[in-house]
Amino acid sequence: MARIIVVTSGKGGVGKTTTSAAFAMGLAMEGHRTAVIDFDVGLRNLDLVMGCERRVVYDFVNVINGEATLNQALIRDKRRDNLYILPASQTRDKESLSTEGVERVLNELSESFEYIVCDSPAGIERGATLAMYFADDALVVTNPEVSSVRDSDRMLGILASKSRRAELGVEPIKEYLLLTRYSPQRVKMGEMLSVDDVQEILSMHLLGVIPDSKSVLSASNAGTPVVLDEHSDAGQAYRDVVRRYLGEPVPHRFIEEEKKGLFSRLFRG
Amino acid sequence: MGLLDYFRSRSSGTASAAVAKERLQILVAHERAERNRPDYLPRLQRELLEVVRKYVQVEEDAITVTMEEDGNREVLELNIVLPDDKEPKKARATRNPSPTGRG
Repeated sequence: MARIIVVTSGKGGVGKTTTSAAFAMGLAMEGHRTAVIDFDVGLRNLDLVMGCERRVVYDFVNVINGEATLNQALIRDKRRDNLYILPASQTRDKESLSTEGVERVLNELSESFEYIVCDSPAGIERGATLAMYFADDALVVTNPEVSSVRDSDRMLGILASKSRRAELGVEPIKEYLLLTRYSPQRVKMGEMLSVDDVQEILSMHLLGVIPDSKSVLSASNAGTPVVLDEHSDAGQAYRDVVRRYLGEPVPHRFIEEEKKGLFSRLFRG
Repeated sequence: MGLLDYFRSRSSGTASAAVAKERLQILVAHERAERNRPDYLPRLQRELLEVVRKYVQVEEDAITVTMEEDGNREVLELNIVLPDDKEPKKARATRNPSPTGRG
């Protein structure tokens, strides 16, 4: 049985797809057979961030409709042979994802994968609610910013009431807070909500903090999940997040401002 | 961060994060309370209003129904504000708002 993880946030642009790509790649790097699914029907983008956009032949909706088999639609990652991507459809028909269809695909994936990462679209419509419906765990991606925190709290309400686990009355979805685009400098200046502030407001378990980093954009420019960039702070932070998720006691990093000499403080732009 | 930015942010040093935190705490508490209340409450409130109005003419917003969790029990609280006991035939200039007639 695979563990199903939804990457969600409510608000758009906070880093769901970046996180899905990095987290799935990180799980694969730790040796786990992982599939990552793009639920954003009509606005497919995970393929681009993963760097496999030119290899898309069939998609999620094709599989649901029986126009292709799962094996035909899954794209094997070129860097890790235990990582597969199921791209979203570019159809404009938002109704093309059915609960039964999604369940069938997840069940089939469950037979051969250890982890299934579901990249949720923004908002609270069909794609988003279906991405979380079958989840066991939820990574709630949040920026230290008022509208993102509010939307995350809204998602917590939906996770607690509109999931399969909630409907069956079994153990609820495990919720993990992932704070992204974090700037310790701005927090220190009192310009940005701190990790503690966000945790206090949402009262969630903190899985990790991803620092605001130039390497995230360069990674998506290149179609390389940022976790593969061992030299970048964001890449290392994602690596930590995956290990922490898997149960390793990894201390939190990138929460405090890094110590800088007077020289770099004066002259760094 | 350059030297200029450093002084600029220090001089305009309004701790906007503190404002954000306070606003969010209030908002999130409010939205959670809203989310947790049973969906029959508005209907209950409307029907109660109709019943009360058979006997006493009260304002539209005179009834509030809230559900609160207190430890392991839930408390359904009804608050009905009755109008001042009798409309004075002649409006008296000074009249203390009566504490009776509010329940």
